[in-house]
Amino acid sequence: MSITLDKLVLNQGSFQLDADLVIEEGHKIALLGPSGGGKSTLLSAIAGFKEITSGRILFNGDDISTDPPAKRPVSLLFQDHNLFPHLSVEKNIGLGLRTNLRLNDAEKEIIQDALRRVGLGGHGSKMPSEMSGGQQQRVALARALLRDRPVLCLDEPFAALGPALKHEMLDLVAEIVEAANATLLMVTHQPDDAEYIADQTILVAQGRAYAPVDTTTLFHSPPPALASYLGTRRAHG
Amino acid sequence: MKIFQLFAAGLCVALSTSAHAQDKPELTVYTYDSFVSDWGPGPAVEKAFEETCECDLKLVAAGDGAALLSRVLLEGERTEADIVLGLDTNITARAAETGLFAPYGKSPTYLDVPIPWEDKIFLPYDWGYFAFVYDNTKLTDVPDSFEALIAAPDDLKIVIQDPRSSTPGLGLLLWIKTAYGDRAPEIWEKLAPKILTVTKGWSEAYGMFTEGEADMVLSYTTSPAYHIIAEDDYTKSAASFTEGHYMQIEVAGKLASSDQQELADDFLKFMTSPKFQDIIPTTNWMYPAVFPYSGLPAGFETLITPTESLIVDPIEAEKTRDAALAEWLTALSQ
Amino acid sequence: MANRAQPIRPIHFIAGGGAFALLLVLTFGTVIAVWTRAELGSGLSSSDWAAVRFTLSQAFVSASVSVILAIPVARALARRKFRGRTLMVSFLGAPFILPAIVAVLGIVAVWGRSGWISQAIEPFGFSPLNIYGYFGVVFAHVFFNLPLATRLLLQGWLSIPAEHFRLCAQLDMSPSEISKHLERPMLWSVLPGAFLLVFLLCISSFAVVLALGGGPRATTVELAIYQALRFDFDLSKAAMLAVVQFGLCTSVALASIFIAKPTNFAFGLDRPPERWDGKGAFHVICDCLSLVMLTLFLFLPLLALFIRGLIPIAHLPIKIYAAALNSVVIAVGSAMLAIVMSLALAALIIRIARRRKRVSQIVEGLGFLTLAASPFVIGTGLFIIINPYVSPFAVALPVTALINAAMSLPFALRIILPAMTRAEDHYGTLGDSLGMERWTRFRIAIWPRLKRPIGFAAGLSAALSMGDLGVIALFAPPDIETLPLMMYRLMAAYQLKMASGVALLLISLSLILFWLFDRGGQLEHHTR
Repeated sequence: MSITLDKLVLNQGSFQLDADLVIEEGHKIALLGPSGGGKSTLLSAIAGFKEITSGRILFNGDDISTDPPAKRPVSLLFQDHNLFPHLSVEKNIGLGLRTNLRLNDAEKEIIQDALRRVGLGGHGSKMPSEMSGGQQQRVALARALLRDRPVLCLDEPFAALGPALKHEMLDLVAEIVEAANATLLMVTHQPDDAEYIADQTILVAQGRAYAPVDTTTLFHSPPPALASYLGTRRAHG
Repeated sequence: MKIFQLFAAGLCVALSTSAHAQDKPELTVYTYDSFVSDWGPGPAVEKAFEETCECDLKLVAAGDGAALLSRVLLEGERTEADIVLGLDTNITARAAETGLFAPYGKSPTYLDVPIPWEDKIFLPYDWGYFAFVYDNTKLTDVPDSFEALIAAPDDLKIVIQDPRSSTPGLGLLLWIKTAYGDRAPEIWEKLAPKILTVTKGWSEAYGMFTEGEADMVLSYTTSPAYHIIAEDDYTKSAASFTEGHYMQIEVAGKLASSDQQELADDFLKFMTSPKFQDIIPTTNWMYPAVFPYSGLPAGFETLITPTESLIVDPIEAEKTRDAALAEWLTALSQ
Repeated sequence: MANRAQPIRPIHFIAGGGAFALLLVLTFGTVIAVWTRAELGSGLSSSDWAAVRFTLSQAFVSASVSVILAIPVARALARRKFRGRTLMVSFLGAPFILPAIVAVLGIVAVWGRSGWISQAIEPFGFSPLNIYGYFGVVFAHVFFNLPLATRLLLQGWLSIPAEHFRLCAQLDMSPSEISKHLERPMLWSVLPGAFLLVFLLCISSFAVVLALGGGPRATTVELAIYQALRFDFDLSKAAMLAVVQFGLCTSVALASIFIAKPTNFAFGLDRPPERWDGKGAFHVICDCLSLVMLTLFLFLPLLALFIRGLIPIAHLPIKIYAAALNSVVIAVGSAMLAIVMSLALAALIIRIARRRKRVSQIVEGLGFLTLAASPFVIGTGLFIIINPYVSPFAVALPVTALINAAMSLPFALRIILPAMTRAEDHYGTLGDSLGMERWTRFRIAIWPRLKRPIGFAAGLSAALSMGDLGVIALFAPPDIETLPLMMYRLMAAYQLKMASGVALLLISLSLILFWLFDRGGQLEHHTR
C-alpha cells in the first residue's frame, strides 16, 4: 500500500500548501511543524474533509481525490468531540461496525474485545461524560480498531494529556497499527512525540509538506526549515 | 451605570419639556388621534382659535375615541385637560356620571344637529350616520338593509370594528339594537358568516377595505366625500339601509377641575362658530354641527340621506350598552 | 475554585438589586397600583374564562406549529450554502421587530382574500384564501415566530461540533442516522426552550388577534384586559386578569423548565460547518421546499410592504423627521437602559449563583416576567403611580423608553447572561489572579468578551422599541409623535398610502438601528 500526493495544492483563505510526496506502507509517520502550518489541513484532505485545489491523491495508484470520506481507506481521530455524548461507550464503538447500531451477539463480543485491547474492559456501559479525556480517546481508538482501515490518521489527539499518559497512549497506538499492519499518520507539534513513535517524519512548514524522512536522521541534521522551527532547543542536545 | 440612566432620563425630559415655556394662558384639549393629525381639523382649529384667544391651545391626542374617557377617568381630578373633545352620545351619560365634567356656559343659538339638543354638559361639534361603504365598481348587487345583507351570497364579506375598542363598533351595536330590539341577537347570528373580521379600530378596518379584503366596511355616510373631494375618486359609496341609519354625534365638554373655566367656555363657544365649523366637513369628514352659510362643500350633495335617523338618548344608551354587548359576544362566539 | 473568592460588592447589590426592584415594580407593582385604584368591580365572568381557554389554545397551537415548521427550515439553512443565505438569515429577525399592524397589512397583502396568492390561484378555479378566524391568528403568529424559532434551532444546529459531522461522514452514516445521532439529541435540548419562548410571546398577543381573529370568539386575556381598562373601566377586573395572565405564564414556564431552560440567544455567530450528508435528491428537494416555504411565508409580506411604501416614502411630510428622531431617541434610550439593566442583573445573578444556585435561578426566571406582563396594565399602573407626582406628559419619553427596555429585558438578559458567565469563568479569574480591581477588571477582562452580545442585544431592543406603539399612546404627549403613532394617526385620517410610507420608513430604521448596534459590537477593540 502507498499514498501518493501528486502535485497536491490546498488553499485555506490566502494560505496555500503544496505537497508532492509518497507515503510507503507500514510506516508510523509524524506530521511535524509549526501551528497554522497546514498539518491538519493536509490530514483533512487525505481523509476527504477538505476539498483540494489541484493535484491528486492516490491510494495504491487509484485516484481517491473525489471519493467521499466514508469510501477512503482512512480512519481519522480528532483532538476533541470524537464521541457522541448521548451514546454509551459500547454504542459509540459499535458505530464503527454498524451505524444503525443493530448489533448481533458476535459483534457485541467484538466490541468487548476492542474495549479490552484499549484497556477499558468492563467500561462499556459508561457514558462519555463519565470518562476522563484520555479514556475518551481510547474509546475512539477502539472504534478505529473495528473499522480496520489501512491508514490511521490522528490529529493531535493526545495534546491535552500529560507526558506519562501520552506515552501510554502512543504505545497503544503503535501496538494497534503494528498488529493491523496499518500506516499511521499523526499530526503533532511536539518533536518529542515524533521521536517517540514515528520512524518517519513529514515536515510541514512554510507552505510546503516535505517528503517523509527517517525521524532520527532528520533530527540529527535538521534542514533549515526544521531548524528554525526547533529553534535553539536542539543546539545543546 | 446609574449615571447613564440619569443622563438618558434627563435628556428625554429636556427634550419633552423644551416646548413648554410660554407665558400665555394654556388651554389643554384632549381629543382623538385623527383630530390632531395634519389632515385632521387640529392644525386649522388651533390657528383659528389662537388668533382670537390670546392663549396657547394645546391639542393632545389621547388615543382613539374610545380611549378618551378612560384616560380622563384614570387621571381624575389631576387631569391637565380643560376640555375633552371627541366623546359621542353613546358614552356621555357615563362621562357625566363621573362628575368630572362641568356644564358649558352659554347655549349656542342654533344647531344643525338632527335632534333637539338638551344636554347641558356636552356640546356637539359634528355628526354623521354610520353606514357600510363599498366600491361601486366591484359590488353591483348592493344590499339595502341588514336583512338583505344577511341574504346576500356568502362570499360577500364585511369588516366591522369591535364595540369594546371603537366608537363605530359601538355604534353598529346600538344601530342593530335600535332597529331590531329583541331580534338583535338573531340578526347578529345570521350576520356572522358575512363578517370577515372584527378589528380594533376604524383605521384597520378601513385599511382592509381599501386593500380589497372586504366588500363593505362599517364607516360613515360621509366617507365617500373624502374620496370625492380629496382624491377625485367616485368609486366609493355608502349603502343606504331601509332600517334607517344610526347617528353618531361627537361632543366636547369642559372639565370641572379646569383652572381655565372662562377660556374653556370661550373654546366651546368658538367650537360652534363658523370658524371652527367650516373646517370640519373636509378635515373630519363629518357633517358640521352648524352648516356653513354657503352650504356644504361640493361633493357632499352626492351623499346618501338616510330615510330615518336612529339614535338612542345617552341615558338609554348607557342602559342598553352592556346588555347589547353581552348579546353581541354570545351571538358571535357560537 | 478561584471564583469563590469573588465577593459580592455593594455595587452589585445596588445596581443589580436596583434593576431587579425596577422589574418588580413594573410587573407586580403596576398590578397592585391598578388594584388599589379599583372600586368594587365584578369578578371574572364566563366570557373571561373563555378568553383564558382561547389564549392558551391559540398560544399552544401557534407555538407548536412555529416550532415544528422551524425544524425543516433550520435544517435546510444549516446544511445548504447558497447565494443570499446570509441575507436570508439576517432577515429572519425582521418579522419579530415589526409593529403588529404593519405585519398584518403585509400578511393581508399577500395572503388575504385579494392578496397576491389569491389572485394568482383564482384563474385556476380556486376560491380566494381565507385567513381570518382561529386559523388567521395562528397564521399571523407563525409569521411572527417561525423566523424566531428557526433562528433558535439554527443556533442549535450550529452548536453541533464540526467533528461530529466529519465523524458521521467517515462512518458513512445515512441521513436518518445522522438525524438520529446528531440532530435529535440537539433538538431535544433546544426545542422546549424555543417552544416556551414562542408560547409566552403568543399569550400576550393583542393587535394581531383583533385584526385577524374574525370576531369575539378570538378574545385573548390581553384583549379582555383592554376591554376592562378601556370599555368597562373596571380596574379590579383588569388587575385580576393580569394576575391570571401571570399565573398562566408562570405555570407554563415552570412546567417546561423541568424539561429545559429557555434557549440562549447566542445569535451572533453564523458559521455553518461543512456537511457531507444530504446530497441525495430527496433531501435536496426537502430543503428547497422548506426554503421556498420560508420565502413565500416570510419574505413576500415584507416585499409587499416594501413595494407599497416605496412611492409614498418619498413624499412624507416634514413632520416625519421629528417623529423619526423621537422614535430613534426612545429606541436608543431604551436599548441603553435594557443593556444597563441586564448587565446589572447578570452580574448579580452570577455572583449569587456561586453561593446559592436556587436563588439565582429564581432571579433569572423573574427576568422573564415582562414577557408575561400586559403592556396595558404596566402602562396604566405606571400612570397611576406617576400621576400624583409628575405630569405624565413630562415624562412620556423616558417612561416609554423605560417600559420598552423592560419589555426587551428578557431577550437582552438571555443574550448577555451566558456570555458574561463564560467571560467571568475564563477571563474574570485571570483578571483576579492579576489583581485587577473592579472597573479595570470589567474593562479589560470582561467587556471585550461582552461587546458582541451587547451589540446584538442593544440592536434587538432598539428595534423592538422602534416598532412599539403601546405605552406612548397612553402617555401621549401633546407635541411629540413617534413613527408608529404617526402611522396610526395617518391611517385614522384616510391617509393609507402615506401610512404605508411611514411603515416602510419604520421598518428600515428598525433594521438600520439593529444593524448599527450589531456591527458596533463587532468592531475590533484593542487596548494598546
